[in-house]
Amino acid sequence: MSLLRLKALYQTVILEHAQAPHHFGTVPDAQTVTLHNPTCGDEINVQMVIQDHQIKQIAFTGSGCTISQASASIMTDVLAGQPVAVAQQRIANFSTLITGDTLTADEQHALGDAAVLATVAEFPTRIKCATLAWHAADQLLTMGDDADGRTK
Amino acid sequence: MTTIDYRQDFPILKTRVNDEPLTYLDNAATSQKPQAVIDAMADFYANGNANVHRGVYTLAAQATDRYEAVRDQVAQLLNAARREEVFFTRSTTDSLNWVVQTYGEQFVSAGDEIVVAVMEHHSNLVPWQQLAIRKGATLKYVGLQPDGQLDLEDARKQITAKTKIVAVTQASNVLGVTNPIKTLARLAHAQHAVLVVDGAQAVAHMPVDVQALDADFYAFSAHKVYGPTGVGVLYGKYALLEQLTPAQFGGEMISDVDWQTTEFAAIPERFEAGTPNVCGVIGLGAALTYLQRVGFATVQTIEKRLTAQLLDGLTQMPGITVYGPQTVADHGPVVAFNVENVHGHDVATGLDLAGVEVRAGHHCAQPLMRYLHVSATVRASVGFYNNEADVERFLTALKSVKEFFES
Ligand SMILES: Cc1ncc(COP(=O)(O)O)c(C=O)c1O
Repeated sequence: MSLLRLKALYQTVILEHAQAPHHFGTVPDAQTVTLHNPTCGDEINVQMVIQDHQIKQIAFTGSGCTISQASASIMTDVLAGQPVAVAQQRIANFSTLITGDTLTADEQHALGDAAVLATVAEFPTRIKCATLAWHAADQLLTMGDDADGRTK
Repeated sequence: MTTIDYRQDFPILKTRVNDEPLTYLDNAATSQKPQAVIDAMADFYANGNANVHRGVYTLAAQATDRYEAVRDQVAQLLNAARREEVFFTRSTTDSLNWVVQTYGEQFVSAGDEIVVAVMEHHSNLVPWQQLAIRKGATLKYVGLQPDGQLDLEDARKQITAKTKIVAVTQASNVLGVTNPIKTLARLAHAQHAVLVVDGAQAVAHMPVDVQALDADFYAFSAHKVYGPTGVGVLYGKYALLEQLTPAQFGGEMISDVDWQTTEFAAIPERFEAGTPNVCGVIGLGAALTYLQRVGFATVQTIEKRLTAQLLDGLTQMPGITVYGPQTVADHGPVVAFNVENVHGHDVATGLDLAGVEVRAGHHCAQPLMRYLHVSATVRASVGFYNNEADVERFLTALKSVKEFFES
């Protein structure tokens, strides 16, 4: 079997994130979005506290495959503490990366560990696993921004 | 070993996937097609294409004859009492929705009950659930025994005088069990309910006799019995069909159309509105001819042996949970399992890299996944064209994938 290709997809960083996900759990008084991957039943719940157009707190729960769990964990690292506009840009860049397009060195650097998920582009059936948490975050940012704007 | 190599009949089995020989173990999702089916369909379009039931010319008459001959073939296969009890749809899903939109719409009212099994595929569940919501009826579930077989005691409790429809699958697409259809028919009929049987996972693997089963409706898909996609079959008892108003109207299903009224055609044309999938039906005919030539005795001997090999290999591997019965005697050719601490998707991607094609996910049976307290499983399913080497490659690949994720 092509263990090499398996290793290319499941790099150590990814396996580590999946085994001990960062920001796994719940934060009180957060806005939450739960998304499902209907083809496999994966479920990701992302929570955020947004204040002053900035992500103050972020966490996730859920169950799913290595790729979806690792991607969610990495996503929380990449977005934690960021201004909403920066976070939205990073989510857009991640989407570019995962569909096989290239980013500038700076953009890639900003994505941190998410850069290793670029190999998922070679496994079209797994792209949805990698993007689920990022889609949830994107929805929260849109909601959060609205709520934020109204209260100001 | 088999004396005839059926693999030669299936051109796709010669292809390679990810630089490995194709090991196709997703037969429960769809079966591969023998050359005989591919040829029959190509020949129809190359030499025989015409619409059916309309033209007076020779080609149209021949197309109609070939199409209608498949109705006879299916009637024979299922041992229907009359050929008119068989009609063609798009799929099992379409057939089941058809029963919901005709029989269900006409005979289910508020307060009635519809009984399904927890193991149902979404196709034999969501249409009933939505009908129940529309009508104010109650959808009830029959549970499982600890080994994954249908719990008949529970069925006796769930099927009551309020039950109008009992809808169950003959063979599970996850647990590998075959359900006691005759007993369920007795229970349903004792309460004047009808029994709708989802035969999607049965027809390719066992002889089916709708009269012996006493099924009121029986549905299956051509693509799971070595035929093409886009064709399904619905069998219905004639006395029931006579009571039904068509759910679809248009060409072919009429005998006379006036300004304000229409007289419908006889059964079965009444229920086949519009141009049917003529070529697909002819492909189904070729598939059934092929399957009957192989014979169910051979099919079952090979599939039993491979299922035993699968079950043995899986149950002996540490850290593997097999869902459904653990013994081959109670097991059809479908085996669902999980690897401890490894998600099914990751297992399936690993196997795919070894050319081994299996399904991972909820298998369109989310209520069953909830019942089993899992979010997904991996499923390997064999057909008679698989061989020991296929199962061996699967088990070897599974071992390396397991080791990779455990290390
Ligand atoms: C038990 C069962 N019922 C129904 C179906 C639906 O069949 P189709 O998708 O061909 O309509 C399937 C197959 O996916 C099945 O396994």
